[in-house]
Amino acid sequence: MHLAREFERRCEALFQQGLVRGSLHMCIGQEATAAGAALALRDDDLLITNYRGHGHALAKGISPRAAMAEMLGKVTGCCKGKGGSMHWTDVSKGILPANAIVGGGFPTIVGATLAAKMDKLDRVGVLFFGDGATNQGTAHEAMNLAAIWKVPSIFICENNLYSEMTPISKTTPNKDLAERALAYRIPAVIVDGNDVEAMNDAVCNAVQRGRRGDGPTFIEAKTYRTVGHMIGDSQIYRPKDEVELWRTERDPITLCASKLLTRGVTAAELSAIEHDVTAILDDAVQFAKESPYPELDEVFEDVYGK
Amino acid sequence: MIRELTYSQALREALTEEMERDANIILMGEDIGVYGGVFKVTDGLMAKFGEQRVIETPISESGFVGAAVGLAMCGKRPMAELMFMDFAWVAADQIFNQATKMRQMSGGQVSVPMVIRTQQGGGRGNAAQHSQCLEAHFAHIPGIKIALPATPHDAKGLLKQAFREQDPVVVIEHKLLYNTKGDVPENLAPIPFGVAEIKRSGSDVTIISYSRTLLHALEAADSLAKSGISAEVIDLRTIMPLDMETVVKSVRKTNRAVVAHEAHRNAGFGAELAARITEQCFGWLDAPVERVAALDVPIAYSQPLEAHTLPSPEKIIAAAKKVMYKN
Ligand SMILES: Cc1ncc(C[n+]2csc(CCOP(=O)(O)OP(=O)(O)O)c2C)c(N)n1
Ligand SMILES: [Mg+2]
Repeated sequence: MHLAREFERRCEALFQQGLVRGSLHMCIGQEATAAGAALALRDDDLLITNYRGHGHALAKGISPRAAMAEMLGKVTGCCKGKGGSMHWTDVSKGILPANAIVGGGFPTIVGATLAAKMDKLDRVGVLFFGDGATNQGTAHEAMNLAAIWKVPSIFICENNLYSEMTPISKTTPNKDLAERALAYRIPAVIVDGNDVEAMNDAVCNAVQRGRRGDGPTFIEAKTYRTVGHMIGDSQIYRPKDEVELWRTERDPITLCASKLLTRGVTAAELSAIEHDVTAILDDAVQFAKESPYPELDEVFEDVYGK
Repeated sequence: MIRELTYSQALREALTEEMERDANIILMGEDIGVYGGVFKVTDGLMAKFGEQRVIETPISESGFVGAAVGLAMCGKRPMAELMFMDFAWVAADQIFNQATKMRQMSGGQVSVPMVIRTQQGGGRGNAAQHSQCLEAHFAHIPGIKIALPATPHDAKGLLKQAFREQDPVVVIEHKLLYNTKGDVPENLAPIPFGVAEIKRSGSDVTIISYSRTLLHALEAADSLAKSGISAEVIDLRTIMPLDMETVVKSVRKTNRAVVAHEAHRNAGFGAELAARITEQCFGWLDAPVERVAALDVPIAYSQPLEAHTLPSPEKIIAAAKKVMYKN
C-alpha cells in the first residue's frame, strides 16, 4: 500500500515537472483493495485493471522500475513506453493490458477466465472497475456470460462514490452495487474496501470458489479516492469535510498500521517499510530518467505480429 | 481434383478442417450451434465438435466479441461470428479499442489472434440496418486484417488463413454469395493475405474490386469486351494487407482504373485506392480514377430504391466507358 501511494506521489511530482504526460489517475485512498486482493492471488492468476490501476499492478508484482519507466515513456517501460499510465502490462505476473475504456475490460476477463476453464487450469481472473463502470452495458453482458459459463472471474467493484465528477446518487438507483450481480445470480459481497484484511478475506473466498469451479464472484469494495479524479481536478463537486473524513479517519494505510501496532508489529518495523519503499522508488525514478526513449522506428513494431 | 461447392459449404469446410487441425479454435456466436447459424455456415459443427467448442451465445455482441479478445490473449483461437456486419457497431469498442490495440499497448506482450466472421451487403431487401458494407471502417484502424472473399475457393482459402494469422482478422462474407457455386479443390491450401488475383486480363482499363462486386466487375468485363473494350479485372481478396503491387502494375499497363465496391462512395475504400493509384501511377493515367460504389444514402427497403442505390454491372460498364472517353 505504501509503495502504491508513494509511487503515485512521485508520479504527481514528475507530472508537474512535465515528465509524465497525458492524464494521471491516482488511487490514493483506495490502496487496500489492491493489496488485499493481490495477497490472495498467485502470479499466474490474471488481472485486468483500469486507468486507476497503479496500485493493483504494483500489488500484483509489476516491477516498479518498468512501471516508472513506462510513466516516462521510456523504452525500458513495461510496455516499451507505448502504453503509459493507463495500460500497464506484465504477462509474467498475469497482468493483462489495463483498460482506459470504462467498462472495456468486462468481456475480456470473462474470455480470459473461460480460456483457463477450458484448459482446466485452476487460475482465476480479477477485474477491477469503478462504481461508474457498472452502468456500462458491457458490465451486464459480461456478468451474464460469466454466470452462464461459470467462469472464475472475480469482479471487484471499487465503489468510491463518484464516477469522475458525478456522485453515484445521480447515476445509479442502487446504493449497493452488489445488487447488480445478484440479478445475474452471481454471489456478491459488500466489503469495507479500506480494510485490507476484510478485502483479503473476501478475495480469498472468491478465489477458492473460482478454483473449485464454482464460478464468478462479485465484491463491492466501499472506498474513496481522497485525491481528484485526475491531476488538476478542482473537486468542486464534493464537500471538503467528506474528503477530510476519509483522508484522516478512514485512510487504509493508517488503519492498517495501527492494527499492526496493536498486534505486536513495532514502529521500527513499519518505518523500515517506508525506508525500503523510498529506496525502491529512488532507484525506479533514477532508472526511468536515465533510460532512453524508444527509437522512432519503434512506432511500427507491435502493431501486427511478425 | 476439381469439385464444385457453394460459398457456404466452402466456409464450413474451412471451419471443419481448421478445427480438426487446431483444438484451440472455438466458435462463438448467436444461433450457430443446433441451428447452424442463420446462414447455415456452421451447420453440423456443434454436433461434430461439441458445445465446448461451438458456443451459442446470448445476444451480447460486445460481450462475446470481448470474450474472444480475452480468450485470444490467453492462448485460444476464438472465432466470433457477427450475424450481420451492421452489428459490428454494437461491439465496436471491443473490436476497435480492444482487439486491435492490445498488442501495441502492451509493447508486444500479448497478441489477439481472433477471427471475426461476418457477412454484409444489400440486395435482399434487408433495409438500412442489415445491408451495410463497413470494410472501410476496419481498414481505417491499424491492428486488424481484412479479407473479403468473392468465390467459394477464396472463401475457404482465406478463412483457413485467417486462423493462422497472429492478429485479429475480420473475414467479411456477402449474404448474396452463400449460394454461389465454384470450384474448390480437395486439398486447398490457405491463401496468403495480401495477394490479389488477376481474374481476367485485359489491356484497356483495370477494374479493381472485391467481394460480390467482383462478380459484377467480371460481368461488366464480358460486355465491355463485346463493345471492343478489354478490361483487366483484379480481385484484391484482402484489403489489409493490400496488394498495391499488382494494382500498380496493371494500371501502368492499361493507363485507366475503375474501383468498384458495394460500400458507400464517400470515404469508402475506393477513395483510398483512388488516392494510392493517383500517387503511384499519376504519370501513367489517361483519365481520373473512377469510383463505382453505393450512393451515399441509407439502403432503402423498396426493391427499385435499393437497386438504384447499389452498384451494378451497368454502373461499372459506364465507369469503364467514361475513363475510355466513350459512351
Ligand atoms: C467509455 C468511456 N466513457 C467515459 C470515459 C471517461 N472517464 C474516465 S474515468 C470515468 C469515470 C469512471 O468512474 P468509475 O467507474 O466510478 O471509476 P473511478 O474512476 O471512480 O475509479 C470516466 C467517465 C472513459 N474513459 N471511457
Ligand atoms: Mg468511482
